[in-house]
Amino acid sequence: MLSIRGLDVHFPMPNGQVVRAVDGVSLSLKPGETVGLVGESGSGKTTVGKTVLRLVEATSGEIRIGDVDVRKASLKGLKTLRRKAQIIFQDPHSSLNPRMTIHRAVAEGLILNTSLRGAALHDKVSTILESMGLPAQFHHRYPHELSGGQKQRVCIARALVLDPDLLVLDEPTSALDVSVQAQILGVLKDLRITRPALTQLFISHNLAVIRFLCDRVAVMYLGKIVEEGPVEQVFEDPRHPYTRALLSAVPVPSAVKRPDRIRLTGDIPSPTDIPKGCAFHTRCPIAKKGTCDTIAPVPVALGPDRQARCHFADHTKGVGQE
Amino acid sequence: MTSASSASATPTARRPMKYRETRRLIRTYSRSFSSMVGLVIVALFLLIAAFGPLLAPYPEDAYGAVDFSAKLLPPSPEHWFGTDQVGSDILSRVLIGARTTLQIGLTVTGIAILIGVPLGMIAGMTSGWLPEAIMRVTDIFLSIPGLILAIAIVGALGPGIGNAMVALALVWWPGYVRLVQAKTLSQRNETYVDAARALGAGPLRVVFVHVLPNCLSPIIVKASMDMGLAILAAASLGFLGLGAQPPYPEWGAMVSTGRSYLPDWWWCTLFPGLAIYFTVLGFNLMGDGLRDVLDPRQR
Repeated sequence: MLSIRGLDVHFPMPNGQVVRAVDGVSLSLKPGETVGLVGESGSGKTTVGKTVLRLVEATSGEIRIGDVDVRKASLKGLKTLRRKAQIIFQDPHSSLNPRMTIHRAVAEGLILNTSLRGAALHDKVSTILESMGLPAQFHHRYPHELSGGQKQRVCIARALVLDPDLLVLDEPTSALDVSVQAQILGVLKDLRITRPALTQLFISHNLAVIRFLCDRVAVMYLGKIVEEGPVEQVFEDPRHPYTRALLSAVPVPSAVKRPDRIRLTGDIPSPTDIPKGCAFHTRCPIAKKGTCDTIAPVPVALGPDRQARCHFADHTKGVGQE
Repeated sequence: MTSASSASATPTARRPMKYRETRRLIRTYSRSFSSMVGLVIVALFLLIAAFGPLLAPYPEDAYGAVDFSAKLLPPSPEHWFGTDQVGSDILSRVLIGARTTLQIGLTVTGIAILIGVPLGMIAGMTSGWLPEAIMRVTDIFLSIPGLILAIAIVGALGPGIGNAMVALALVWWPGYVRLVQAKTLSQRNETYVDAARALGAGPLRVVFVHVLPNCLSPIIVKASMDMGLAILAAASLGFLGLGAQPPYPEWGAMVSTGRSYLPDWWWCTLFPGLAIYFTVLGFNLMGDGLRDVLDPRQR
């Protein structure tokens, strides 16, 4: 459904440096599959999502949605792409035009992409808003009159009303209150049942959410995918030290100090100055001098759909966890 | 949502929604006393501008009728505002002058918006050398005091009411460029612009359907205040002898000619001066009220 091959997104800065936000990312999603993209702030996961919809121009690489080559798509091709692929943003408040009623906001996509007008348009919009749990008295309100959760429902309705094949979810719950998060996650989980053909790219830094919603997961660090595989396998048996650190950072309600907690020291390096060799070696608990700081690791296949970008991916089990 | 609010929302939901929104705007606006004072003054001013020649007791006095037997008469039941140095009825001249004043305000503000808003949108939405150039020219204009530059332009074109309006419009647009550019810059990075693009909106639709409506309220507020300021500036030019020429009934020019008769014949300056004062005040109060109403987050 979606295939990304060797995607680079570089932003030149005024001082001549280049921000390598996304650096050689390859990822493919089968129809109906939900794939999570995790990583800490600045790892480039949002940029991948926006580039897929061509809201950000890629520097090089190939993105295909179905049979459309996103990067080479003409104006007309882009138009069909807009119907096929939609995005839901992190902040529902700023992603709705403050001067449009929510009914009008949801209608916008249909006005732009279909010939639906008048009563038919009105009914279609009302139906999808109601199916998202927004009763009729809300339909002609402005975004600022709605709560965060209601606004995010509007955004989901706005994306789904076009019947897309691919949905990019860019941290759709992280700007919401915890109780509202749960509701929205419920809505998204239901989507998997009501629209089984919908392919989703779920971007998040919340591992629990990924585990709850996704079939597969890809872990990003400094613009690269460092580990990829089915959710169960990656969570049970992480092979990249970064994935292990991420997983061990998930708080567990326990009074006992966890012996296996891996603490990463320092911050994520600047994407203008990515470390030589393995990008993670500056913070890696198992990095070996002479190997990790000079040779960039290639993805090591660990089974079907499973790979990790680490020199020790085959035999890291247990290492560094003492 | 409480049951009370959803119950009250149900009947309104059946009516056309446009009116619901308008009603709410009117309600918010009328809650403020000073805004209503402004609105009343502006409405009165517009009525006088429309019907001034019919209301004026001596309409011929506005266009240079001379009656030296009646010159410099103090306010009386016959001449409510007195007469000036050539015996013209000041009330008539003030009433008829309202039309000139309105024309000045509308022309200056209108031209300034027509030049300033498109330039501001271009400067805010695009990148490269063009917005840079627009903004630097704007900066140059803004760094020179507007009235001084207008005086220079009128000086070059020759005094007269038409030239005064052209000169004021030419110094007035940079304010709109700054305002619209700043507002556009902040709006174009909002996620809803990305969302609109993701839905398939082209650049023009993004500008006109999404960004411009969100820049509209500061433009409207600035325009209503500028109506007052432009009137004041035109009066200043008139006072300096560069705007309307006597006996043309323009308030600033009337204050200017009346100045030589101060303080003994005070009514020659006081009444046109008060007319300017109240008109400018009215537009400013209305502008303040509009600003409070048009910010969607305050509704």
